[in-house]
Amino acid sequence: MIVFAIYIAIFVVSFVVVKFVVHKTVTDYTSLKTVTFGDESAVTPNRIASVISVLSIFLLWGAFTGSSYVPGFLHAPGPFIGDATFTYTAEAEGQAPDDATVTVRVFEVGTDVDDPEVAPGEGWAKNDVDTVGAWRSGLIRVDRNDEFGRDEGHTVVAVNGEAIAPGQSVQTEFGRVGMSPKGTLNFEPAKGWQMEPIWLPPPEAVLARLGEIASEGYRDSTLWEHLGYSLFRVIVGFFFGALVGIPLGYAMGLSNWFRGWFDPIVEFMRPVPPLALIPLVIIWAGIGEVGKIILLFLAALWIMAIAARAGVSGVAIAKVHAAYSLGASKFQIMRHVIVPNSLPEIFTGARVAMGVCWGTVVAAELVAAEKGAGMMIMVASKFQLTDIVIMGIILIGVIGFGIDILMRMAEKALVPWKGRV
Amino acid sequence: MSGLSIDNLSMRFDLPNGTSVQALKDVSLKLAEGELMSVLGPSGCGKTTLLNIVAGFLAPTEGQITLNGHLVKGPDAERGMVFQQGALFEWMDVRDNVSFGPRMAGKRERDWGQHVDHLLDVVGLRDFKEKAVYELSGGMQQRVALARCLANDPDVILMDEPLGALDALTREKMQGLVLKLWKETGKTIILITHSVEEALLLGERLLVMAPRPGRIHREYRLPFADMGVNADLREVKKHPDFGEKREEILGMIWDMEEEIMGRAEESA
Repeated sequence: MIVFAIYIAIFVVSFVVVKFVVHKTVTDYTSLKTVTFGDESAVTPNRIASVISVLSIFLLWGAFTGSSYVPGFLHAPGPFIGDATFTYTAEAEGQAPDDATVTVRVFEVGTDVDDPEVAPGEGWAKNDVDTVGAWRSGLIRVDRNDEFGRDEGHTVVAVNGEAIAPGQSVQTEFGRVGMSPKGTLNFEPAKGWQMEPIWLPPPEAVLARLGEIASEGYRDSTLWEHLGYSLFRVIVGFFFGALVGIPLGYAMGLSNWFRGWFDPIVEFMRPVPPLALIPLVIIWAGIGEVGKIILLFLAALWIMAIAARAGVSGVAIAKVHAAYSLGASKFQIMRHVIVPNSLPEIFTGARVAMGVCWGTVVAAELVAAEKGAGMMIMVASKFQLTDIVIMGIILIGVIGFGIDILMRMAEKALVPWKGRV
Repeated sequence: MSGLSIDNLSMRFDLPNGTSVQALKDVSLKLAEGELMSVLGPSGCGKTTLLNIVAGFLAPTEGQITLNGHLVKGPDAERGMVFQQGALFEWMDVRDNVSFGPRMAGKRERDWGQHVDHLLDVVGLRDFKEKAVYELSGGMQQRVALARCLANDPDVILMDEPLGALDALTREKMQGLVLKLWKETGKTIILITHSVEEALLLGERLLVMAPRPGRIHREYRLPFADMGVNADLREVKKHPDFGEKREEILGMIWDMEEEIMGRAEESA
């Protein structure tokens, strides 16, 4: 909730700052367009906003993980580290209540630590020491070193002067002191607002892990092998899907018989998510490369068939008539009119198919694989290696985005007339 | 015999709901070589159907068409067509569009290159050869379509509202161009239009068609196309006969439109 509130605050403040400080001088007619419904050209992405948006995500990430990339004064309050103390009041049969102090050394998990040293103190209840890792909690048997143990009816009745009973807790300045059903004290040091690295590691940990896996690999394969295998599967699956799907779509667009024959199959398979086919493909083809490629082939096939069919059906009849009256043969019309005319639709289909294939391959690798980006993050998650999981997600996103950019560039170069007719 | 002959042409479309529409009934006419005939009529009078049958895109229910002594069966390069718009190939540049016919016939560039470049000069697109057609204005695109049709050297040119999508000024310029090309090439042309003025200006012969069923209502022989070849088209429009004919034909078409409306109201 706090993170969300800070995010909204950054959004509002940067908007106000940019609007009134940087763009104060904009006076063209676009500034008069208050109603932009239906006029999409009036809204263009503000690049300053994009930059601030990306920066603030990394800033929040760094601030709430205590990253060394973010200056200390921007850090959210971290967990308590150091020596925490509280006092307890104990009673035992036939004895007057006595107070003693507990000193707990809270340390960063992963570092060595010694018990703090304190004097035993006066009275029958002696002072106690213990250690607890940050973000963790620990049971503290305060009766163990006292002169009267549980056999003599030792019970803790108050912490820092506040009464406590089993199931209740007392908030101290260093954290929460609870009591178990059996009457043992349980100390939970204050956690602050930062995230523990096992839930969300700081950016530098992810980056360090990227360097480590890029040079040493993970699970017997280098990072490039994992990513390369995923990409290889997508490209091969998409290639065969297009190789079969495009001619199938053309046949469906040109022949009543083909249209009638394949319509029920294509229309049935189109709404089936490729992920739903994973179990069947694993049963039939196993978890190796063949199974993955069959799955991606099926994911791309229907999309490409439907795109090619739409491309053929979408040809303006005037163009075909014009070609006929210019003396073109049926084959020439196919080659010079129908195929080029369908290219924009096929490119749209190819972009969609590549996106679906990339999503499907990662999902298939999550289920079962020996190599691949999805397998990498799945295995890492089982060992709570959150930094690898986050690194994998970022890389998967970057590659998916890169594929789409490449497809768009190819589209611009090969079908420049798209959307301009 | 040379020229185009249309004999007792009828066309009936069967609709999916079991009824049928008589689009053309007993249409007969003869066109000598080199004649330019414009066709006018209210919407639904079957003028586009007539053109599509002559082009060979539709087979008539009854009747036949002969061109230079042989029967028309399907589309052929001897009958070129210019469409209202959208019939250019966006994936080719201007010159490839214009040379489409000769290239499909398997001719080499040395056989058609000069002719195509000459046509591009005539339609004023010499400097736009390498341009993509979607970068051109509507008027320029129609000039590409005209040149593309002429590059194939057809015997008959069929024009289906070729200037219908252009603005008034461009349209007037293009009318002059059509007349000029007609006179220079001596082609037989059938031109469908919605504009009475355009039909009068361009048509050596003018056919007025009536709807339901589509039939020939009246035919005129006009002097204005010949006048327009040598004079400014605006001067031709000022001619007293021009105004008189325009009013006569406009009245005729208005009466037909009103009759259609009346019939529609009766049946409603």
